[in-house]
Amino acid sequence: MSEYRIQGNTGEWEVVIGLEVHAQITSESKLFSGSSTGFGAEPNSHVSLVDAAMPGMLPVPNRECLRQAVRTGMAINAQINRWSRFDRKNYFYADLPQGYQISQLYHPIVGEGEIEVTLNEKDPDSPTKKIGIERIHVEQDAGKLMHDQHPTMSFVDLNRSGVALMEIVSRPDISSPQEAGAYLKKLRSILRYVGSCDGNMEQGSMRADVNVSVRKPGGELGTRTETKNVNSIRFMMQAIEYEAQRQVDLIESGGAVVQETRLFDPNKQETRSMRSKEDAHDYRYFPDPDLLPVELDDAFLEECRASLPELPDAKRARYEAMGLTAYNAAVLTAEAETAFWFEDLLAEGVDAKQGSNWLMSELFGALNKMGKTLDESPINPKQAAELLGLVADGTISGSIAKQVFEIMLETAAQGSIMAASAIVEEKGLKQTNDTGAIEAEIAKIMAANEDKVTEYRSGKDKLFGFFVGQTMKAMQGKANPQIINDLLKKVLG
Amino acid sequence: MSVDKDTVNKIARLSRVAISDAEADKMVGELNGILAWVEQLGEVDVTGIEPMTAVIPNKLRLREDVVTDGDVRDKVLANAPAKEGSFFGVPKVIE
Repeated sequence: MSEYRIQGNTGEWEVVIGLEVHAQITSESKLFSGSSTGFGAEPNSHVSLVDAAMPGMLPVPNRECLRQAVRTGMAINAQINRWSRFDRKNYFYADLPQGYQISQLYHPIVGEGEIEVTLNEKDPDSPTKKIGIERIHVEQDAGKLMHDQHPTMSFVDLNRSGVALMEIVSRPDISSPQEAGAYLKKLRSILRYVGSCDGNMEQGSMRADVNVSVRKPGGELGTRTETKNVNSIRFMMQAIEYEAQRQVDLIESGGAVVQETRLFDPNKQETRSMRSKEDAHDYRYFPDPDLLPVELDDAFLEECRASLPELPDAKRARYEAMGLTAYNAAVLTAEAETAFWFEDLLAEGVDAKQGSNWLMSELFGALNKMGKTLDESPINPKQAAELLGLVADGTISGSIAKQVFEIMLETAAQGSIMAASAIVEEKGLKQTNDTGAIEAEIAKIMAANEDKVTEYRSGKDKLFGFFVGQTMKAMQGKANPQIINDLLKKVLG
Repeated sequence: MSVDKDTVNKIARLSRVAISDAEADKMVGELNGILAWVEQLGEVDVTGIEPMTAVIPNKLRLREDVVTDGDVRDKVLANAPAKEGSFFGVPKVIE
């Protein structure tokens, strides 16, 4: 898709990237216990004796977490494994009370699939590339450590311990930081559409482990490093750029890349080795004897499939078929929240073209100015639909609609939004179809601009716009533009 | 399959079990005895037989996604060797 090459002293290098994305599954309770997954609670309050790994506690899987993983798999056209199993990944760390993480190594719930990405999802002509997905498995999250509260102790909060994660593992099909960014964006968009993860990287609901290696174009794969827990798309792209360059410099100066785990430091924009002991990765996996295999039946799979929403690519094609431009369709479907907002607007009876144009120019423009996202929009689809309805039925003109929208935003900012129809009523902004009044204004304008009338009649067609503008101004923007046009044509000849 | 002393020491280290040199020597013999005993199973021809996952025909039970547990902070912390406020306290671990 994109030719990304690093220029070294010995020629060009290409970069091979694979991503392991950890996505928190949207659920009320944890993967193996009935504790809440709610964010921001008092430390160790969302913890059961199961999560704290007290002796004798047994895990019981949450059906919803498995269901969301299967639905996610279906959304990327992946193989769904009707038989899967949980394994123990053994290691010691203070945030892991069990001494092992329950994960799925040998038999993941979701097998191979793929995601089609584009470098610019808002440009319908941007080239696309398919990135293979190797697997999706379900596993437990660990607790949280705080190191800066005490001189000799670290503090442990187990609220996250046992929260369900999906690990989504890509094939090493990604060959530039830009492609990696596009992949993560598309994956996040799919997860949000499916509703299996909120995709909120700032709160840690989604984070990526980035595998990077370099090689001469078409050559043997190089040794890879894994940069852990990168929590934004921008940081991930910076980490790849830095890490690939570091590996090229290392190899060209006679060194060798060591397979190791690294950390990205966003302040210094560099990765550094975690210097773990060489056997830290000896996880001694084995099937978890506390859990029977997961067997999915037809009814379960059927329900998963039936509950899948329309996905971004299908939605985009449908919008184009509705008559939207390819650009509008691409922008409206790139993020689930935009598409859902737009569809709420349509559900209120707004015309698709009118609605999409207004959403993309007026609403996005206003939100941009306020520095807000669509989720934080002070105006909801119902209120917007009322405004657009007034334009559609000729009650107000498009330019008056802009004024009304401004007032709606101002009143919203003051605490209580005023409805479009109430604003039109109060300010007397109704469009007039009173031909007599319009004709009177036109007559005045023609008298005051005799020179322009002559010019127009001698062939200067462009002046027509001038007369429309003057008339509209004289009518304070409230005249029906169609009537102005008709009347002007008649009198100007 | 058999283990040597290095392997025994490595497994002990990974499991955070402290064993003396003498114990390691003893463990090599014991573990190899166990492994040899289990390896007798290799004599059985299992061609074409599905691996068994449980001795009784049981299905995995699943839970509905509702909050039924938690909010037992004091119980969870009751046996902690060290605690500070609502947290467990552990010797400082920084990577």
